Parts: sequence; C-alpha cells; structure tokens
Amino acid sequence: MRHLIDILELSVEEIDELVAVANDIIANPEKYQEKCRHKKLATLFFEPSTRTRLSFEAAMYELGGNVLGFSEAQSSSSAKGESVADTIKVVSSYADIIAMRHPKEGAPMVASMKSDVPVINAGDGGHNHPTQTLTDLLTINREIGHFDNITIGFCGDLKFGRTVHSLASALSRYENVKMIFISPEELRIPEHILKETLEPAGIEYVETTDLMQYMGELDVLYMTRVQKERFFNEADYIRLKDSYILDLEKVHCMKEDACVLHPLPRVNEIAIEVDEDPRAKYFIQAKCGKYIRMALILKLLEIK
Amino acid sequence: MIIGNITNGIVLDHIQAGKGMEIYEVLKLSELSCTVAMINNADSVKMGKKDIVKINEVIDLDLDILGYIAPTTTVNIIKDGKVEHRKRLQLPERVVDVITCKNPRCITSVERGLKQSFKLTNREKGTYRCIYCESEAK
Ligand SMILES: [Zn+2]
Repeated sequence: MRHLIDILELSVEEIDELVAVANDIIANPEKYQEKCRHKKLATLFFEPSTRTRLSFEAAMYELGGNVLGFSEAQSSSSAKGESVADTIKVVSSYADIIAMRHPKEGAPMVASMKSDVPVINAGDGGHNHPTQTLTDLLTINREIGHFDNITIGFCGDLKFGRTVHSLASALSRYENVKMIFISPEELRIPEHILKETLEPAGIEYVETTDLMQYMGELDVLYMTRVQKERFFNEADYIRLKDSYILDLEKVHCMKEDACVLHPLPRVNEIAIEVDEDPRAKYFIQAKCGKYIRMALILKLLEIK
Repeated sequence: MIIGNITNGIVLDHIQAGKGMEIYEVLKLSELSCTVAMINNADSVKMGKKDIVKINEVIDLDLDILGYIAPTTTVNIIKDGKVEHRKRLQLPERVVDVITCKNPRCITSVERGLKQSFKLTNREKGTYRCIYCESEAK
C-alpha cells in the first residue's frame, strides 16, 4: 500500500505515468467514469481549504466513487481533543482512501503510519502539498510538452511558499532545468533548498530581486501569493505585498509560447488584465488539479 | 591521577571535553550497579582535552545516541585486560526521543504518544531534521 505525503516519494517514472493517465482521462473521460464505483474517499480537512477539497471531491465523483468527510476541525472529533492517530484508525475502517489537510506539519505522515488505507497529504501547514505540485507538473507538461530543458522563474514569497519549494525539488530531477528565483530580500528561497536539493542535483539557478531581468528567457513564470498570515507585522506585509505585480506590459516581454502559472487564490500579484493573455494558464492549471488527482486516486487504489 | 585499569568492561575514549556528564546521564550509567569512572579534561594528543568514561562491566550501549551526542568517541570493549574490540562512532541515520522538535507548528507539539524522531540529512554538516515537519534540529 502506498501513500503520498511528499512529492519526492514519487519517482520520475511514476510522475510521468500519473501525467500520462491524467492526459488520457482528459482525452477519454467516459473510460474512467465507473472506475471507482463503490469506493469511498474520505476528505478529512482539519483546516478549511474549499478549493483543494472540492478538487478532490470532484475527482472522486468523476471516477464514479463516493465522498465522505468534514471540512473544518470544529465539526470533527479533533475539536474534542482526539489524536490524529485515533481519528485515522476509525476513518480508515470506513473509507478506501483518505485525503487529509491539517494545520500541523507532519500530521498526514502520522496518519499514514496508522492508516489501513492510502493517505494523501492535501496540505500540512506550511510544509508539503504534493497534489498541488502534481497539478503544476501536469500543467507544465500540457502547456510546454516536457520537463527537461526548461527555464522556470519563481516569483513572490519564496521563503514560505511551500508550492515553490516542492515544485523546484520535483523539477530538480529533470535534465537541464534552469531556475530563476525572483523575490524581495526578506522572502528569498531558503538556503537549504538551494544547498541540499538543487546544488547536489546540478541545477543551474540565479536569485534576483528584479522581475524583469530574465523575463524574456522564461518558459514558465510561477507566481505566488504573499501570504499575510506568514508575517509578524502588518507594516512588513503592506510594504512587500505589492513588490512583484505582474501586469500585461510585463507579460508582453515574455516569449510567445511561455506560460504564467499561479497556485491560486491570487490577491493582486497578477493584474486581472493578464487573464485575457494566451500565456495566462492559471485557470487551466486549476482544472488540471482535478485530473491529476483522479490519476493519483487510481494509482493509490491500484485500479488500472 | 590514575584510575585503575579494568579487566572486563567498556572504555569510552576521545569524548569531546565537557560531554562526559551528558553521556553519563543519557546512557543512564547511574543506574548500573558496577563501578563507573568519569574522567574529565584528560590530556589528549589529538584533541587537547578529552573526557573518558570507564564502565567496569560489558553492557549494551545505545551507540546511536552516543554517536549523536559525542561522535568523536571511540568505544573500547575490554576482555581479560586487553582491548578486544575498538569501534569508532559516526553520526547515526536516525535518533529517536533524544532531540525535541522546536517547531510550534509540528504535529509532535500536540499529538499524544508520538516519538520524537530525527533523520540525518547532511552528514558533513551533521544536520538532523524532524521526520514529520523537516525542521532542522537546533
Ligand atoms: Zn517537527
């Protein structure tokens, strides 16, 4: 039995396989609509994330399966002080697979150690969110066509942005990937990601505070939100949140076939006017999230 | 100062000076009934100063904990007055219930009955990370 807690648990071959299945689902949805008949997905959301939960639920329904669960800790037993281990032992006797989101980092890993059924980490605090990374990878695959030989820019909050850390780690396993990290000084990518993951993998990278410096070279620009809850004071947040706003003028400096991604929700880091540009792919990305989750559910349930 | 040689037992040599007492406590040597000698700040050609612990009996030692706290230690097993076996320690891959995760957002801060577990992620630098939240041990 396999779980998915951290994106790096999946080999490059397994990611390729998931992407291939997701692409096949998009091409032939009717082939998959009964695959999970009589199977139940439990969505255990100890903190609310409507977007991620709906994506999981839509994925399971489109496979012909059923969904049960809760969407915030108040309505769950953890509000009464039940441990993650106990909750999981009970739920894994009702469901065939579990998607779990939890504010505490490492909670889904604890769940996977106690569960009788596969556990998918649907986000644990500021730590991991592997299905977001799979979503990003599927989008890059569909828009660019490959993971090797790409130049990707990451912009915004690179210090706390877990989606950036995971995607950079996942892409570090491909050939000739160049990474540009664009952020204010205060929100630079953590040194351990550079030193412990990217450098050993031989990834070429640069750090810059200037969004425009490498704009014309990028195949992918991955924008992120500057999250208010990560700041200790309001003044710092207000000073930094507008540092890197992508508008149409800037997008026009990008290559014709480049694409702009964003894990959503956005605040104001991408101007609304950019939505109309063909390089804006963030809504397609959200749609990809459902398909890759379908592929993942099939894989973990070992359904061909 | 001379402390008598032991015939059968263990000598923990080349302990980084100042770590001897910590080892004594972590390995719970006070609970042994045999003679245990602690030598602090002995002269050492290699290290300048070192600590030495002598245990007058061959006991099971948790080498992982020892390796984590004092990786320079050499473990000498003494049989019939001779060194029968000498082992240099290295940093263990895993340490359980020795380091406590300091990340307030880590599941170990709230989940009951969960062991604190850290894995070695960089041997050269001796970096350990919590297996749950991946925070670096401080
Ligand atoms: Zn931790």
